[in-house]
Amino acid sequence: MEAYISLFVKAVFIENLALSFFLGMCTFLAVSKKISTAMGLGVAVMLVQTITVPANNLIYHSLLKEDALSWMGITGVDLSFLALLSSIGMIAALVQILEMILDKFFPALHSALGIFLPLITVNCAILGGSLFMIERDYNFGESVTYGIGSGFGWALAITVMAGVREKLKYSDIPAGLQGLGITFITAGLMSLGFMAFSGIQL
Amino acid sequence: MSARELLDSIEPHFTKGGKLEKYYGLYEMVDTFIYTPSEVTRGATHVRDGNDLKRTMTFVVIATFFCVLMAMYNTGYQANLAMAALGRAEADGWRSIPMLVFGYNSMNPLSNLIHGALYFLPIYIVTLAVGGVWEVLFATVRGHEVNEGFLVSSMLYTLIMPPDMPLWQVGLGISFGIVIGKEVFGGTGKNFLNPALTGRAFLYFAYPASISGDSVWVAVDGYTAATPLGLAATGGLDAVHSAGYGWFQAFFGFMPGCLGETSTLAILIGMAFLLYTKIASYRIVAGVFLGMVLMSLVFNVIGSDTNPMFAFPWYWHLAVGGFAFGMVYMATDPVSAAMTDTGRWIFGGLIGVMTVLIRVVNPAFPEGIMLAILFSNMFAPIIDYFVVQANIRRRVKRHA
Repeated sequence: MEAYISLFVKAVFIENLALSFFLGMCTFLAVSKKISTAMGLGVAVMLVQTITVPANNLIYHSLLKEDALSWMGITGVDLSFLALLSSIGMIAALVQILEMILDKFFPALHSALGIFLPLITVNCAILGGSLFMIERDYNFGESVTYGIGSGFGWALAITVMAGVREKLKYSDIPAGLQGLGITFITAGLMSLGFMAFSGIQL
Repeated sequence: MSARELLDSIEPHFTKGGKLEKYYGLYEMVDTFIYTPSEVTRGATHVRDGNDLKRTMTFVVIATFFCVLMAMYNTGYQANLAMAALGRAEADGWRSIPMLVFGYNSMNPLSNLIHGALYFLPIYIVTLAVGGVWEVLFATVRGHEVNEGFLVSSMLYTLIMPPDMPLWQVGLGISFGIVIGKEVFGGTGKNFLNPALTGRAFLYFAYPASISGDSVWVAVDGYTAATPLGLAATGGLDAVHSAGYGWFQAFFGFMPGCLGETSTLAILIGMAFLLYTKIASYRIVAGVFLGMVLMSLVFNVIGSDTNPMFAFPWYWHLAVGGFAFGMVYMATDPVSAAMTDTGRWIFGGLIGVMTVLIRVVNPAFPEGIMLAILFSNMFAPIIDYFVVQANIRRRVKRHA
C-alpha cells in the first residue's frame, strides 16, 4: 500500500507531467485562460489517463512483451516495437468510445467537456503517461495508480496555471509579450516553484 | 537654493511638452523620495487611513532595521571568529584598509559591526545600483513610476544573500528578480511571484556552489562552517548540539547563515512592528507558523530510523535557517500572497507545511522556505478563487 502512495505522490508532484516533463504543453498553454474550463479539461485528462494507462498496460503485458503470447502457445515473439503504435491507437479508440458513452448516458458532462475530449487524443501527456508506464515496467496495480496520479498532477498544474493567468489579466504586460509570450514565462516560473520537489526520493 | 526650489525649477522640463518629458519617471522618483507628494484622496468615504504604497513600503524597510544591524554584526562576528580560528591577522584585499582602525577582535562590537558592514554594504549597493537601473529603464520606457516597492525588494534580497556571494552574481540575481519576476508583468503590484525570492531562486539553481554548501556562510575565504540547519539535515538535533549551538544562540542569531536571516529575535521585533501597523497580515504569519508546528509534530509522531530530521522539534525549525525571515517578510508580501482572509490562512498554512516537508523529506535542499513560498505564491490565485466560489455558493443558499 505504501508503495502505491509513494508512486501517487511522485506522479503528482515530483514527476509532474506538465511542469517537470513539459508534456501536453499545447493544451496546457492554449486552454488555461479560464479556471472553470481548465478544470473541465483537467478532469477529462485525468479520466482518460486513468483508463488508457491501465488498458495499455494490459495490452502490453498480454500481447506485446517478449514471450507475452505464450498463453496462446507462441513463444519467442517480441512485439514490443509495436508499443508506440498500439498506444496511440488505443488512446484514440478509447477517447472515441468514452465520448460516445458520455454523449449517450451523461449528456451534461459531455457538453461541459465539449471540444476538449477529442482534443485529448492528441495530448502528448496522455501518450507520455503510457510510454512512461512501459519504460518503467509498471505492473497492473502500479499502472492504475500512475494513471490517476499523473492525470491528477496535470489537472492540478493546468488549474493553477489558469488561476495565475486570471490574476495576470489585471497586469500591465508589455505589448510584445502579451498572450503566449507571458504564458511561456509564467509556465517557466511555475516550473521553478515545482523544483521544490525535485530530489525527493520515495 | 533649497532642494524644493531646485526641483520646482526643473519640473517644467519633465512635464508634458517639456524637452525631458521621457524622463518624468526619474524626476518623479527623486521628488517623491525626498518630499511627500501633495496629491491625496479627497472627500472619498472609503478611505479609513491615509496609508499609501509609499508608506507601506517604507514601513517594511524600517521594519528590517534590526535585521540589518544583526546582519552586519553577525557577519563581522562570524568573520572575526573564523579569522581567529584560521590564525589570519588581516582580511584580504581592500577590506583590510578600513579594518586597520578597528582590528579583528570578535569581542569588540565595533570591529564586528564595521567588518560585517564591509560585506553587507557592497552587496546592498550592487543590488540597488543594478536593480535601480532596470527599474528606471522600465519606468522610462513604459511610462510608469519608480516606486518604493523596489526599495523593499532590494533590501529583502540583500538580506537573503550569503555574505560571500560574488557581486556579479548578486547583480545577475536581482536583474532576474526585477525583470522576469516583476517588470515583465508590469511592475509593482502586477507580479505573481515575490521578486526578491525569484532572484534568489534563480541564483540557487544557476550557481548552487555560491549559495549552498558549507563554505559560503562565513565571509572568510577557505573557512568552512555548516549552518545549524545544514548540520541538522545530515545529523539531526544531535549534530546541532554537538557543534555547540544552543537554542538561544540560534534564536539570537549568532550562527553562520545568510546575511539577515540568522537572528529570529531581530525578525520578531520587525514582525511586531509590521503587525502593529497592519502592513503584514497576521493571518498569513499565524498560518505559516501553525502549518510549520503542525507538520513538524506530524513528523515527530511518525518518526524514522534513517532520517534524523523527522525528530527535529518545531521550536528549532523556528530558530534555524530562513524560516522566520520568510514567514515575516516574504510570505506577507501583499502582492503575491492570497487576497481573501480565509485564503490567507490556507496560503500561510501551505507555506508552513511545505517548508517542513522540504526540510525533512527532500535530501536535495536543506532549506525549504524559499521554494515553499514560491510554490504557494503560485497557488494563491487558485486558493482565492475557491474561497470566493465557496462564499458565492453559501450566499446563494442563504438567499434561495
